[in-house]
Parts: sequence; C-alpha cells; structure tokens
Amino acid sequence: MMANLFTLNMTQIPLADWINKFVNWLTQFVGFFNGITNFIGGIVNGFQAIFDILPIWLFIIIVLGITYWALHDSKHWGLMLFELLGLLLIANQGYWRDMTQTLTLVLTSSLIIVIIGIPLGIWMAKSNTVHLIVKPILDFMQTMPAFVYLIPAVSLFGIGMVPGVIASVIFSLPPVVRMTDLGIQQVPADLVEAADSFGSTGWQKLVKVELPIAKSTLMSGVNQGMMLALSMVVIASMIGATGLGAQVYFAVGRNNAGSGFAAGIAIVILAIILDRITQAFNKNKKSSD
Amino acid sequence: MTKKVEVKHLTKIFGHHAGRAKEMISDGKSKDEILAKTNSVVGVHDANFDVNENEIFVIMGLSGSGKSTLIRMLNRLYEPTSGEIILDGQNVTNFDKKQLREFRRKKMSMVFQNFALFPNRTILGNTSYGLEIQGVDKATRDKKAHECLELVGLHGYDDRYPSELSGGQQQRVGLARGLANDPEILLMDEAFSALDPLNRKEMQDELLELQAHLKKTIIFISHDLNEALRIGDRIMIMRDGEIVQIGGPEDILQHPKNEYVEKFIEGVDRTKILTASRVMIRPNVVNIEKDGPRTALRLMQHNEVSSVFVVDSQHHFKGLVDAKEVINLIENDKRDLTEILNTSIPTTSPDTPIKSILTDISKTSVPFSVVDNEGRLLGIILRSSVLEAISGSEVENDG
Repeated sequence: MMANLFTLNMTQIPLADWINKFVNWLTQFVGFFNGITNFIGGIVNGFQAIFDILPIWLFIIIVLGITYWALHDSKHWGLMLFELLGLLLIANQGYWRDMTQTLTLVLTSSLIIVIIGIPLGIWMAKSNTVHLIVKPILDFMQTMPAFVYLIPAVSLFGIGMVPGVIASVIFSLPPVVRMTDLGIQQVPADLVEAADSFGSTGWQKLVKVELPIAKSTLMSGVNQGMMLALSMVVIASMIGATGLGAQVYFAVGRNNAGSGFAAGIAIVILAIILDRITQAFNKNKKSSD
Repeated sequence: MTKKVEVKHLTKIFGHHAGRAKEMISDGKSKDEILAKTNSVVGVHDANFDVNENEIFVIMGLSGSGKSTLIRMLNRLYEPTSGEIILDGQNVTNFDKKQLREFRRKKMSMVFQNFALFPNRTILGNTSYGLEIQGVDKATRDKKAHECLELVGLHGYDDRYPSELSGGQQQRVGLARGLANDPEILLMDEAFSALDPLNRKEMQDELLELQAHLKKTIIFISHDLNEALRIGDRIMIMRDGEIVQIGGPEDILQHPKNEYVEKFIEGVDRTKILTASRVMIRPNVVNIEKDGPRTALRLMQHNEVSSVFVVDSQHHFKGLVDAKEVINLIENDKRDLTEILNTSIPTTSPDTPIKSILTDISKTSVPFSVVDNEGRLLGIILRSSVLEAISGSEVENDG
C-alpha cells in the first residue's frame, strides 16, 4: 500500500463510494425524511394556496401596501410604480402562476433559513466551540457548487418543490448564520457589560440588547439569504421545482431565447421587489433607532 | 464610619496558567517575566482595602494599572482569580448566578466611561432598563426613571435617543440609569473621562451635590489626579495591578508614600503652575494711621477672625495684630497698634509659584501675605485656599 502511494499507480481513495454509501445509509431513515418533506410541503402548499386565492389586483395592492408601509418616510413612488408595472408585465406575459410558485419557493426557503439560521448564529456567537465547528461547515456549504446538492436531495426528498427548497436552504443558509454571528459579536463590549451589570439574565440580554443592536446586520444576512434562494430557482427546476425557473429551464431545452429572457426578466423583477422591500425594512428600523 | 465593602487579597490573572503565574508573583517575578513564561497577564495582585459607607472612594492609576479590572471584579463582570469581596458581611465572591443577579440588580450599579447607553432605547428606556429586567411594571419604572433623570438635570429628553444627546447629557443618563435601581453602591468607571474639561467639572460638581443628599457609597475610577482630589473622600493609587497608597487627598499630597506617588502628584502638580496671586484672597485690613484697637477688634468680631492685617494709608503692609493683644491694648487704654504689631509675617511676591512656598505655608500658622514691589499688601494666602487651588477648584475663581 505505502509503496503504491508514491507511484503514479496510486490506489484511489473511494471517496465517491463512501459518500454514496452514506447517502444510501441515510435513505433508511425514510420516516424522518418523509416527515421533513411533509412539513416543508405543508408550508409550500400553504403559501401557494394563499397566492392562488388572491386575485392579481389584490396581490399587487398588497405588495404596494407593504412597500408603502415599509418605506413610509422616504421617497418610494418610483419603486411603487416599478412594482405596479413589473407585476402587470409578469401577468401580461402569462407568468403569474409561475411567479407565485417561485415566490413560494423563495419565501419557504427564507422562512426556514431564518428559523434555523438566526438561532444557530446566536449560538455561534455565544460559544467558541460551536463557532469552531460550524464555521468550516458553512464554508463548505457555500463553496460547494449548488448543483451537487440536488443529487442527495432527490434521493432523500424525491422530486418537486421540497427538494428544491432543501437545496435552496443549504445554499442560502450560510449568510444568515454568519451575519447573525457577526452582528451579535459586534455589539460593543461595554453595552454587554452594562446589560450584565444591571443583572440581566442571558435571555434578557439577548432580547433587549444584543438582538436589537445586531438587527441591521442580521437583516442584511436575511436579505442576502433571500437573494441566494432566488438565485437557486433555475437550478431547483432541474429537480422538478415549478415556477419561473422551470420556464427558463424549458426555454434552454427548446433553445428559445425569447421565452427564456421573458421568464428571466420576471425573475429579475421579483428579485428587485423582494430586495427593496427587505432592505426598506432594515433602513426603516435603523432610522427610528 | 462603617465599612461597606471589604476587599481581601483580591487577585485577577488573565490567561490559562493562573496558578503558575500566581506562584511566580509570590516568588517576586516581574509581570513581564510572568507574561513571557506563562502567557498570563496579571491584572490585579493581592488588593486589600475597605470602602466606608457613604464615602466617595477614588481608585486612581494610569492605564494598565489594573483599576478597571479591579472595579469589574467588584460586581464580578470579571471573576476574581482569588480573594474575597465582602459587602455588608456577605461574601460576594461566593454568590451563585441567581444571588449575583439579585446583587447586581439591587445593590450595585455601574456607570461607564463611554456611557454605554443602549442605542435602540429611548432615554427613558435606558434609564428604566435596570427596573425593567427586574419585572417592575411600566408605570412604576417610568416614573422612577423620570425622577432620576430630573435629579441629574435632564428635563424633556425622555423620548429622545442617546445619539441625539451631547456627551455630557449622555453621561447624565448613564448616571440616572445607575441611580434608578436605588443601589447602595455606585461603581463609576472613568465616568467623566470622555467629557471635555468644562463638562467634566460640571459633572464632578453635580456628583458631589447629588452625593450630599443621596449618600451612596461611590467607588470612582479615575486617571486624573485633579478629579480624584476634588471628589474623593479617600484615594487609592494603583500601579501595575498593585495598591501603592490609600489616603485622604491631603494625606496623599503631603505624604506621598514613595517616588511613584510623588511623581504622580508632580505630573499634574498645580502648585508649580499656580502663583501666589492666583490663590490669594482679599484680607481684612486696618489702617495703622487712622484706626485704633477698637476698630480692629470690631472688624475681627464682625468677620469672626482672631487676627487682622495692618497697612498704612498707602496700603503698605505693616504687619498683623492679634485679637488677644488688641484686647490688652484696649484694657490698658492705649491707642497705638504699633506696639503690638507682629512684623514677622512671611511675605511673598505675587508671581511666586506656590510650590516654592508650600512647605512654609504648611508650617506656619499665620497666613502668608502677598506684597508688590513697593511693599503694598495685595492679598493673603490661607492654607485652605492653597488646598482648594491644588485640588482644582481654583479654576472657578478665574471664571
């Protein structure tokens, strides 16, 4: 063996085999993965049901209303006009249902990355050990090409929206965790000392001091995560996630630049609306602080 | 005077090899050596002192002297490596988490150098923080916080945010927040150091005024000797994590324990800068050419002093007469003050630095007289006015 290692004739380490075995081993916990599938599926169906019920005009009014509320003290007419025209264009192109499916994928992923990412980020900020363990995992998650996640996602969660959500979550979780960690660690030491010196419990310190001060950093993590989730929609469509991504994917298959771009532009419009609204929440909160 | 806090053999070593570092200290090794060998930093070593009830106890030292570490051990923001802190007979060092929290909530609050106000809370929200986490209901805590803000002279800022306030105002909030819990002990960590000199002085005055009726036990950290002398009932000087001297302000000025303290005093020594004319006050004088003993006596009675300075019509300094001798003179029915004139009064010129006459002032019981080139009396120097000047109050008279 040893001798072989130093010749060109090296024995290959069966890395791929090991990973396959690991994934196969995981598939025996079918109940567990079904549970997750049902849970995420439930969220997806819930969102989708709401979007299917909403008439287009009401949906647009709600989006405009949220924008107006989030940006109440700055210039927002341009953005609201853009939203109105953009959403009408999507409807006009016949991509409305696709758009809501994509929105469902993004919102579900965002919800999950917030639920997992923020507590994990807090834990990381509080514990050195957790920090040391989680940081390389995040690096790995973020640098591994997103396509790769599709493969185990399919074997564990089947095809459709759920594995799409899972792949998006894995890809877009790191910034949320990182920014939460960063935000909490950046809370000035004397504020932490002040909170302690008055006899705060750990929870009081977190909720009344650390999280509010870390909020804007934390929110930009959520914003980044959401944008990354959106960037996954085309990739997720390869494993059966429906929506605008799927339209782009079909256009690639049919070599149809026109419909590809049309669906692509719809994604861009959705991205801009989501980005501006989440940023607006952040800015709005900052200015009132 | 009862002891409020007793600190016994308190030591803090930062690093993983506290045990070995401690051995090395007892072997008399230097801090640098310990750092090199064990990678441990000695913050405070074997601190022993008491703080009396209702006094302002100033801990003074340069940066790196361990004063901030020491004060943070008192409320256990830093866990002591060894030693004890006894408060009202209770050993704070043995408190478990819950007791410690209770102790921080009720007994001891802290005011920070850079104010450490919560930027996400209003001024009222900052001030009521300590009560809020104790679960006090909103109406009660807001009322109390509002009172404390009024107490420190902040009116109408309740709903503002810290960033809208000036440094001086922010520290008032810091102080109000510290007082809102009604603690017995107030820890003030370089609380006024971040303020400009004028604001700093104002805050010092206000602290003294507050203390006059609040009567808290205040442990105040400072690197500024003038500040320490001004506000401290007692001062503890630290260097390299060890206590150098503890004493009253005059004690420290007059009997510096070693060269370090001497140098420290010298570093901010006002006696070198202040001249006689700066600290002199206007004396009560009688004119030897027209006033007799009865006038002199009346003047003394009126001003409740036992001696009076004597000048001639041109205000030339002649000497001092004593009440006892003036009465003698009156009883013997004599008029001329010249007989009883004490001419051996030390005199000095207005430009003389106090430093050079300080020893003489402290030795002689009579005031120094300040005379100009032509021998005219400009003023007199009392011991009390010198002390006031040294401790920094002199600035006030300048306007």
